[in-house]
Amino acid sequence: MSKNGIPKILFFWFGLILIAVLLPFLLPSYFVHVLIMILFYGYLGTSWNILGGYAGQFSFGHAAFFGIGAYTSTLAFVNWQTSPWIGMVFGGLLGGLLGLLIGSLCFHYGLRGPYFALATLAFAELLRLISLNLDLTGKAMGILIPLKGNAPLSFQHESKIFYYFVILLMLIGALWVTRRIDGGKIGDYLAAIREDEDSAEAIGVNTFAYKLLGILISGFLTALGGTFYAQYFLYIDPPVTFGVGTSIEIFLRPIVGGMGTVYGPIIGALVLGPLGEVTRGILGGYHGVHLMIYGAILVGVIIFLPKGIYGWLDGFIRGHTR
Amino acid sequence: MDTNILIQAIISGLLMGGVYALVAVSLNLIFGVMKIINFAHGAFMMLGMYFTYWVSIFLDIHPYLSLFTSMSALFVIGFLIQYGLINRIMEAPEHNQLLLTLGIALFLENLALFLWSPNYRMLQVTTLAGAMHTHKLMFSTPRMIAFGAALAMTLLLYLFLTKTDSGKAIRAISQDREGAHVIGINMKIIYSVAFGIGSACVAAAGTMITPFFYITPTVGLVFVITAFVIVVLGGLGSFWGAFFGALIVGIAESLGEVLLPGSLKQVPIYSIFILTLLLRPKGLFGKKHV
Repeated sequence: MSKNGIPKILFFWFGLILIAVLLPFLLPSYFVHVLIMILFYGYLGTSWNILGGYAGQFSFGHAAFFGIGAYTSTLAFVNWQTSPWIGMVFGGLLGGLLGLLIGSLCFHYGLRGPYFALATLAFAELLRLISLNLDLTGKAMGILIPLKGNAPLSFQHESKIFYYFVILLMLIGALWVTRRIDGGKIGDYLAAIREDEDSAEAIGVNTFAYKLLGILISGFLTALGGTFYAQYFLYIDPPVTFGVGTSIEIFLRPIVGGMGTVYGPIIGALVLGPLGEVTRGILGGYHGVHLMIYGAILVGVIIFLPKGIYGWLDGFIRGHTR
Repeated sequence: MDTNILIQAIISGLLMGGVYALVAVSLNLIFGVMKIINFAHGAFMMLGMYFTYWVSIFLDIHPYLSLFTSMSALFVIGFLIQYGLINRIMEAPEHNQLLLTLGIALFLENLALFLWSPNYRMLQVTTLAGAMHTHKLMFSTPRMIAFGAALAMTLLLYLFLTKTDSGKAIRAISQDREGAHVIGINMKIIYSVAFGIGSACVAAAGTMITPFFYITPTVGLVFVITAFVIVVLGGLGSFWGAFFGALIVGIAESLGEVLLPGSLKQVPIYSIFILTLLLRPKGLFGKKHV
């Protein structure tokens, strides 16, 4: 408590919110785009983190949920003029359902660790191949979303600031869900499953049900992110939605930032986002070259900071305040 | 449908399956010894292909002549990666090892992208353009050579593992880590040698397919995922499981190409993969040792 009786932490949050609200109005459009990408990957990482970080179920195929969300809202909009906001909800529900399907298959047959990772990768690849061959999804050509100008009800706006606030709110929502899990009973059960699944089962945790709950929430949230991507870039195709690269981009940030922590994915996004922009500036050239630096960072983090940046900072601060 | 087309598809599938066998068997060697699923295996293959490509362009020699240099180069790279990086986290949880090799793959693939652009490259080898024709069936010469060489290499690897002292030490570790440590086998060196041999084998596969396969920085991804399917189908850690799994997957892919439209040809493979993971996670030939 500070002298006048108002907790310092309130000042901190108030300041943070003020900065978050004012920032996009003060920065040029390019930097707003960089911020949107940080929040966007922070959001996807937060969604992945619920299954991968908290429950310890490593999905290498989260692009499956992402793509389902992107294609559901886009197809509904292009074919029936359904607002992508409504499509987003249905995409999220389908993403959750797909999570239940993949989860019930994999968990029923007891796939763990690398086996679960490879199985999810295979599901995402199957969806990529199917979308590459269906007329409905526009095959390899992908789908261009018709421009509507300033139409917030159609999830479109000419100003990037609109998208900034949408993804900011989505991120806050995902963080709220994560905090509820982290501080509650579900978080304890998921952590028990992550640390030692057999022991968790032995002390009476319904591991099957809680893992399913994890993949359901994670799949739902990731699919919402797919709709955001489609509306922001107004173009989707099979590789950017269902591709292996997308799955990797989704789990990279929580791993670098700190898995199984509320703010780890955001920290990862805050570090990798600007770094990606800078390396793109330096190396230039081809799409994806920044992944070279990401790969090196992943190697470094796994060897030197196995608990991610958040875990390292946490240990560092504790060590110095003792 | 014309049975000739089907037989032709089975032949092409079998020939490609031989190459897959070398990729999968060497991936399995690394898994058997280190218990690591090596995501960077495809990236090593890609490096082997570029190595062959550049050597044969700059020195103006036949691509096959680069075989031993590309194998040696990748042996050194593999050895150093295991010695310097992976050995540090041998006791870490499984998924960390998977992520480490994924990081290495990301780095190498995008380094190749940076250095050599995403353009598809193809070696034109005029002396190899031919094919054998019998009973309306075609046997493409470079594919038959690749098949034969991959088979020979697989056999050599098997003999190395079963007949030589180093091979026996590698197998001893894969069967009983602590026991091997107790009798004084230098684990770190053996791990690095095994990883180097695995990398050299996959580089050989890369060199042998360069005369008829396009080269691009992400080409390894296709092969590494196919190799995952194969080793899971054959049983992780099983040498002959990976071998026969590779032939099965090669034929399945080739038949898919004929019977299914467009890029759906890989759908049977992923379906086999998911079904095996679910129903027979130990694979068709699941055994514990290399």
